[in-house]
Amino acid sequence: MATIPMKENTGGVPNPFAGVDFGQLERSLRRPRTFMDFTLNFVTTLLTLLALVPLFSVVLMLLWRGGQRLGLAIFTSLPPAPLEQGGGFGNAIVGTLVIVGLATLFSVPFGLLTAIYLAQSRTKVAEGVRFCTKVLTGLPSILAGVFAYGVIVLVTGGFSALAGAVALSVLMLPTIILTAEDAIRMVPSRMKEAAIGMGATQTQTVWMVLLPTAMPGILTGVMLAVARAAGETAPLIFTALFSNYWLWEHGKANLMQPTASLAVLIYNFAGMPFKNQVELAWAAALVLVLMVLTANLIGQSLSSKQVQQ
Amino acid sequence: MHSSGSAAPHAGLGLGLVFPARKDEITQAPTPRQRFLDAAFRKTCYAFAWLTVLLVAFIVIRILIAAVPAMRSLGAGFLTGRVWDANAGNYGILAEIWGTLYTSILALILGSLFGVAAAIFLSEGFLSSAVFGLLKKLDMHLNPIAKSLPDQVERLLKELIELLAAIPSVVYGLWGIFVVIPLIRPYCDWLHSKLGWVPFFSTDLSGPGVLPAVMVLSIMVLPTITAISRDALVAVPPKLRMAAYGLGATRWESIFAVILPTASRGIFGGIVLAFGRALGETMALAMLVGNSNQIKLSLFSPANTLAALLANNFPEAGPREVGILMYAALVLLAITLAVNIVGAFILQRASLLHAE
Repeated sequence: MATIPMKENTGGVPNPFAGVDFGQLERSLRRPRTFMDFTLNFVTTLLTLLALVPLFSVVLMLLWRGGQRLGLAIFTSLPPAPLEQGGGFGNAIVGTLVIVGLATLFSVPFGLLTAIYLAQSRTKVAEGVRFCTKVLTGLPSILAGVFAYGVIVLVTGGFSALAGAVALSVLMLPTIILTAEDAIRMVPSRMKEAAIGMGATQTQTVWMVLLPTAMPGILTGVMLAVARAAGETAPLIFTALFSNYWLWEHGKANLMQPTASLAVLIYNFAGMPFKNQVELAWAAALVLVLMVLTANLIGQSLSSKQVQQ
Repeated sequence: MHSSGSAAPHAGLGLGLVFPARKDEITQAPTPRQRFLDAAFRKTCYAFAWLTVLLVAFIVIRILIAAVPAMRSLGAGFLTGRVWDANAGNYGILAEIWGTLYTSILALILGSLFGVAAAIFLSEGFLSSAVFGLLKKLDMHLNPIAKSLPDQVERLLKELIELLAAIPSVVYGLWGIFVVIPLIRPYCDWLHSKLGWVPFFSTDLSGPGVLPAVMVLSIMVLPTITAISRDALVAVPPKLRMAAYGLGATRWESIFAVILPTASRGIFGGIVLAFGRALGETMALAMLVGNSNQIKLSLFSPANTLAALLANNFPEAGPREVGILMYAALVLLAITLAVNIVGAFILQRASLLHAE
């Protein structure tokens, strides 16, 4: 029992704590309120920890099952035929890099110019554009594939790396626009005002002050978009399709032919009943996750360099 | 070239200071060329902003036009038919619509439970206060290095949960096939043998099925729910939290009575956006749901979803089938657009409330 240590009756001052049951103020799990609090704390902690179990399970399985096949051969050789042993997915790594690179080439200028407009104006048009960008954020990735199928595959008459890149660039665009707009808005307004005060035109302000200052934030957005696009499978399975051969033949790259990518390779090989293919799927998943995480990490480290208002 | 802009330096203020007189180092009015470039650049930015709007319109119209022939020939019966038989020419997507909604809603229930719990855990200082308590016991809470540890641990946890979103969905699919399904199969079959009369357990899990798909899908929507809910919880004015604690409320009394109601709109908006994401998710479902056209309540039976239907049939589709698949894509587009616009609208209202 907790009692306040008090000197013996000093000069007839009434004890201010008379009639207070100090036991009532102690934390006791026997009281329903406290018990409820304790239980919910426990449940919440448990749920949060459980939410992280899949992450660790995925990472461990990737390292365990994918690590077994990791070696130089998988980077230099082509996917094996059914029942064939060995092999790798060098062409799929190249394909992923080429398709994502092309998609970045399409979406970065487009997204950056839109973001510059959005950050500089407060018109109804800007609001409408921002709304459309948010709608694009929620576009299911498979529908980006359907769009590229309709616009490129049906028109050019065949599956190609170009069609895959168009599908991915539609998915990258909203991320680039929204993060670049944020980054440009974050530039301290006194810098912009100083440039305008010096007599710079809006274009000069944008190119010489806003863009260099906002560059880390813009690159963060680009890297996040690249990371997302590299892992996308749905928009590629019927635009870039797959191929068992290298992208270039006789020293010439052909972007208008079906092209392999890591994500589609994983999808195709995961459903096969052959041990060799399943092992390669795990190794490809490990390589893909490493690529995606690297892009994410570069983006995160750049974002810490962003100038804050 | 004006003669005043010549390169000859002149004495400044008679103090021996030499001012460089190079033209490009002196502020000056823009030259006509700069004016032209400025106008051109501004017009270009404006044009690209409009192109974004046109792109969205183009995506919708392109899919709509491609779907028109199939809409004419199949009509509304397409939405209520249950059979997809290319040989007989019978096409219907009711089973896919059912499968899409059923898996998404179940995944949302599961994902919201874990996601909101994690958001509360992250925003209400559970972890940082626990770490602080530990440091205090070790008498290190004033140590200059250890002092920042509680915040760092909390940030690490937040980043780990965000990392869940970084893993590609096809990797989750692979993990689902080779880890989740073998893991849950004995328990599912046991449930079926003991409680087979419950509609949810009426079949056994013979491989891919609704439950593994739902489990993986819920992991994929969890980071969205947690990130948006956490933002909403952090945005609750500290005054309200302090007032609740000051009145003697326990942590959970203040969470239930004050914090959650205040943040509810933001949390709800996050859940709706996660719903949109779940409806459109393709690969994990195409790999785990079993691709079988049937409408059943059972959690263990295979099913199909709209996105998986598109993913499986597009690569080998002939011209007529492409039109029909475009019709299915249009239905998926309509559902996800509606859900996303509602979610964005709710979130916008929620942030306006906080701004007041």
